[in-house]
Amino acid sequence: MSKILIRGAKVLGGEAQDVLIDGETIAAIARTGEIDWSGTGLSAEGATVIEAEGQVLLPGLVDLHTHLREPGREDSETVLTGTRAAASGGYTAVFAMANTFPVADTAGVVEQVWRLGKESGYCDVQPIGAVTVGLEGKQLSELGAMHESAARVTVFSDDGKCVDDAVIMRRALEYVKAFGGVVAQHAQEPRLTEGAQMNEGVVSAELGLGGWPAVAEESIIARDVLLAEHVGSRVHICHLSTAGSVEIVRWAKSRGIDVTAEVTPHHLLLTDELVRSYNAVYKVNPPLRTERDVMALREALADGTIDIVATDHAPHPHEDKDCEWAAAAMGMVGLETALSVVQQTMVETGLLDWAGVAERMSFAPARIGSLDNHGRPVSAGEPANLTLVDTSYRGVVDPAHFASRSRNTPYEGRELPGRVTHTFLRGRATVVDGKLA
Amino acid sequence: MKRHLISAADLTRDDAVLILDTAEEMARVADRPIKKLPTLRGLTVVNLFFEDSTRTRISFEAAAKRLSADVINFSAKGSSVSKGESLKDTALTLEAMGADAVVIRHHASGAPYRLATSGWIDSAVVNAGDGTHEHPTQALLDAFTMRRRLVGRDAGLGKDLNGRRITIVGDVLHSRVARSNVHLLHTLGAEVTLVAPPTLVPIGVETWPCEVSYSLDDVLPKSDAVMMLRVQRERMNAAFFPTEREYSRRYGLDGDRMAKMPEHAIVMHPGPMNRGMEITAQVADSDRCTAVEQVANGVSTRMAVLYLLLGGSEPAVTTTPAAARTEESK
Ligand SMILES: [Zn+2]
Repeated sequence: MSKILIRGAKVLGGEAQDVLIDGETIAAIARTGEIDWSGTGLSAEGATVIEAEGQVLLPGLVDLHTHLREPGREDSETVLTGTRAAASGGYTAVFAMANTFPVADTAGVVEQVWRLGKESGYCDVQPIGAVTVGLEGKQLSELGAMHESAARVTVFSDDGKCVDDAVIMRRALEYVKAFGGVVAQHAQEPRLTEGAQMNEGVVSAELGLGGWPAVAEESIIARDVLLAEHVGSRVHICHLSTAGSVEIVRWAKSRGIDVTAEVTPHHLLLTDELVRSYNAVYKVNPPLRTERDVMALREALADGTIDIVATDHAPHPHEDKDCEWAAAAMGMVGLETALSVVQQTMVETGLLDWAGVAERMSFAPARIGSLDNHGRPVSAGEPANLTLVDTSYRGVVDPAHFASRSRNTPYEGRELPGRVTHTFLRGRATVVDGKLA
Repeated sequence: MKRHLISAADLTRDDAVLILDTAEEMARVADRPIKKLPTLRGLTVVNLFFEDSTRTRISFEAAAKRLSADVINFSAKGSSVSKGESLKDTALTLEAMGADAVVIRHHASGAPYRLATSGWIDSAVVNAGDGTHEHPTQALLDAFTMRRRLVGRDAGLGKDLNGRRITIVGDVLHSRVARSNVHLLHTLGAEVTLVAPPTLVPIGVETWPCEVSYSLDDVLPKSDAVMMLRVQRERMNAAFFPTEREYSRRYGLDGDRMAKMPEHAIVMHPGPMNRGMEITAQVADSDRCTAVEQVANGVSTRMAVLYLLLGGSEPAVTTTPAAARTEESK
């Protein structure tokens, strides 16, 4: 097996260390120049050396919320192109959402996605199973069968749709306890969001676009944390987007309710003011909110009320965005810009250090999704899933360089900091010098 | 003036007054035996209508024809467009046909803005009503009507609506007419009050340059013009109000309510009217109601808009009538 020596990287942003990867695992790690080889039977001889002075070494990132679109919408993304995008963004594992065609609501479909992930080789793909048959919110899918399949599904979500029926939600929360599963809720009260096109507020009033009120998210979160408490289950909240939602989750956690929550990079940076351009690249669900919400989300991510950053990477073909707002699809690609947005909004603002980023983009998402071999400490004996970041880099986002099949990024032309130079999946480089290997 | 007319908010006070003054010149043309001006000869105006509105379309058509433009009516409803041909492809087609101006009506808010700013097309874009966003030429013709009635036809030239109290009543939430009017009337110095049940006032209205009242009776005595918006009966099904009868009892304008208005005050309606809903026949047919006048004024106003967007700095009207005007105003 090949050996790789990463020299002088700041592990989790701390002091400079040398990291020796031997085969699939981290063989040794110590302060630069101080690895003590004696008695280890190891040496750096013959290793490929990566001079990483000044760069930050993180555990491979884990995305709990990715839309890979395969099967069914291979025109926007495939498991292969999506995992290439993931590797480019520093990810070593992604959770693939269930709203494919057909829906991932059976053992057969989740196993297909899982197998495609294995074949891709760029990052591990952990399928998410649909909570209800066809995402219709009426009848539970065979959750146990999906868990027992080769895909070992533990996260279940109807994402794209809300499990709005309180009884179905209650039953799902209860049922998955049998095998340590978790339900990830897309919190959107459907009646309050009929015809919704953007955040309901000052901007929607002026633009004459149907409003998506914060209360449609908050009321579902409030209900679901209370349901989780009542039945003693854990619940995960997808893409939390409002200041009010933060307050509810904070309250729930203080009460001891087993709730976790995610925020997307775009909700940490962008606001509904951008919709004034009617450029559908800013159309996303839940919608971009206000400056006040953005600040509350950053603060909540910093203080741990929000546990993780998840991309909600949602590829769409050009024609589904190059049209009038109402006709456009909702969603943004995010895998290849997530870490940069987090660096800008959380690290450069002083809200998080790199260890905090590692917690929120690797350790915690792996823990929530029960993924054993990802989100591990950067220490000897651990799987060599690693991401090396040049944090001093500054560059303008050019979607033409994306590995994703889709280009619907809201950051085109924006300067963002940081660049993933290397990604290692079980010791194998998937990204070298910023390019896919 | 900008190259497009997308939102009433894009107009400065001077832009708006220029349009109204130009519209007065155009109105004089309508009084002449030959109602046509050669100003836009050789230019092509496309009426691109993704949503049925015969009234608005023929108004723009008449305006363009009186300026001698070639007019192409492109009704996208029921054609390939509604079956999924994109706005972009339609725009590229119009560009290829050499449209100098595109007058667009679309069910999606922001469609005219996208058309004007996406680089699909080079021509001037006039918003003829987009979704629940704006309808700027309606606001201009309303302002024109108000200035004529409240300030005076000749006395109004060069003037705005400073200090006039305008009340807009009805489904503000879904009304592009209300949005454009709030912007324009504010720009022209008027004091605007919106009156509607709270369900039909948008969240976020507090940043608009106007007052909001839930009581029509309170506002009527302090109004110089009362604009009744069309209220679709279907709104009832979405629980915006309980019944038609309750709506018209609380927010409809009938003879008794009209009597509470100052004597000089006018009643306006952008049409088509729901008689018996937001307005009774007695009010609609009274001489205080300007609904029919608004239609006529719509042609003059749209002529002014097309002229100013396409005709550049040339005088709107040929020397003879311009000279005539100078004499009149002496
Ligand atoms: Zn979602």
